[in-house]
Amino acid sequence: MRRFAAEFAASRISLLGLALFSLVLLAAALAPWISPQDPYDLARLELLDSRLPPLARSAAGAIHWLGTDDQGRDMLSAILYGLRTSVAVGLLATTLALAIGVSLGLAAAWFGGWLDALVMRLADLQLSFPSILIALVLLAVLGQGVDKIIVALVAVQWATYARTARAAALVERRKEYIDAAVALALSNARIIFRHLLPNCLAPLIVLATVQIAAAITLEATLSFLGLGLPITQPSLGLLISNGFNYLLSGHYWISFFPGLALLAAVVSINLVADRLRDILDPHRRRR
Amino acid sequence: MISHIVRRVLQSFAVLAAMSVLVFAGVYAVGSPMDILVNPQADQNEIARATAALGLDRPLPEQYFIFIGRALTGDLGKSFAFNVPAIGLILERMPATLELATAAMLIAVLLGIPLGLWAGLKPRSGAGKAIMAVSILGFSLPTFWVGLMLILVFSVWLGWLPTSGRGPTANLLGVPVSFLTLEGLRHLVLPTANLALFNLSLVIRLTRSGTREAIGQDYVRFARAKGLTETRVVGVHVLRNVLVPVVTVAGVEFGSVIAFAVVTESIFAWPGMGKLLIDSINVLDRPVIVAYLCIVVALFVAINLAVDLAYSWIDPRVRLGEAR
Repeated sequence: MRRFAAEFAASRISLLGLALFSLVLLAAALAPWISPQDPYDLARLELLDSRLPPLARSAAGAIHWLGTDDQGRDMLSAILYGLRTSVAVGLLATTLALAIGVSLGLAAAWFGGWLDALVMRLADLQLSFPSILIALVLLAVLGQGVDKIIVALVAVQWATYARTARAAALVERRKEYIDAAVALALSNARIIFRHLLPNCLAPLIVLATVQIAAAITLEATLSFLGLGLPITQPSLGLLISNGFNYLLSGHYWISFFPGLALLAAVVSINLVADRLRDILDPHRRRR
Repeated sequence: MISHIVRRVLQSFAVLAAMSVLVFAGVYAVGSPMDILVNPQADQNEIARATAALGLDRPLPEQYFIFIGRALTGDLGKSFAFNVPAIGLILERMPATLELATAAMLIAVLLGIPLGLWAGLKPRSGAGKAIMAVSILGFSLPTFWVGLMLILVFSVWLGWLPTSGRGPTANLLGVPVSFLTLEGLRHLVLPTANLALFNLSLVIRLTRSGTREAIGQDYVRFARAKGLTETRVVGVHVLRNVLVPVVTVAGVEFGSVIAFAVVTESIFAWPGMGKLLIDSINVLDRPVIVAYLCIVVALFVAINLAVDLAYSWIDPRVRLGEAR
């Protein structure tokens, strides 16, 4: 573990990414406590304060660091809450997709036969269409809501995990410790999750990190198109979409700053993922 | 070779059939379009009459077979919202989407290969690093936000380019296209740039890593040792090594460019089939959604098939591997 930390720290830009990502996570977790205003408490909103530019003061004298939106909502607060929603949806969807995809992939590799064929053909079918198309169709069918967007994100992502887990497991199952486990007559479930899984983790960790960023981006895109989260739980995508209406009149801050927050989240995750890949991928290590 | 082609074509049809069931079941099984289409004040009888007129009162399997039978003759139903054939609506908007997607792919390849070559040949130079930084950003930036920022900078602040629509179109072989008029070209610039960004980054990366791999190989060192000019070494020997993966990716990615055009078209109000899809989803106009999916799925299957067959033609190991 210490060697791993040292290796990670060897790249300054990845450390920066990790720091930024921690900051994003912290901001998302603490949003209700660090926001200057509760952006969804309608009683606190003054229409008089609508569309104030960054650093302007409201009628009551409070400073709005990043300006306000069309309803006089403090953008900084809206962004912190939006980040909270986006990160939560991204993490939850990735975790679920990881659990489902890995279980199916490992089971396919272990049992083989028709299960393997079925899972892999389904994965092929899913991966031959772009993620946004599948998500759009599902949301068109299911409608709006947090649960629905998570279903859509899981449906988009499980296949990648299944393939990666299967590939790694097929290599592992030929090794002697698996033969030993079989000889001990351990149950299939025990072999799969206690013996096979821990040895397939490295590529899955790298993949999951990248996929968190992908999930956050996809959710933002769908919300931007008006098909993702409902207006009562605005994520960053919806904030940006709302700002789009005022962009042409030059009120750039309503969509610019939520976009920056989204960018910070996605770029920091990608930087961390890049480094993890460099460290964990044995092919790159040999070089 | 022929058995390989036949097998791949049959597989493609299986995918089409599977997708048609999934699409139909998904789109038709959930939600009632009646809530949206019929006047809220309509009484029970009126709703029943409208439901029967649209064929929505029959059992689902029957609806599916009616749908398939008609689909094979090119009839995918009438749009609930426009009351015209759905397939016509889609086909009418298809040239706009194809024009945008082709332009984006051309930009990605024609700009991406030279930039990637540069970054690969001079990885330590300032320009090389800048190119890679741009390509990393291109991967991370959410497409829709980039679109908004393009509008903000080039339309709102600088006032150089229009923000929405296609501009006046000229007819090319009976198909309306934007790129033949100056005004149309100006309308094309921002959406194309927006849509091209992701694939531009992808092509830069592929070209760069292909170049770095090639310049260490014996055949390139030998070409240099023969005293060939640098232009010839790079332009012929290195480039050839780079082109195969780039062309493959360009082919496969063309489908996803069409899918992602949904986002770009929504931002720039580009009157293509992607924008039509979003509008149709918002009013639950099922026949149009289904028609869009059928056409896009067919397009995808065709692209995948073409790339696959081209591959087995270029690289015999692919088909020999399967025959074994």
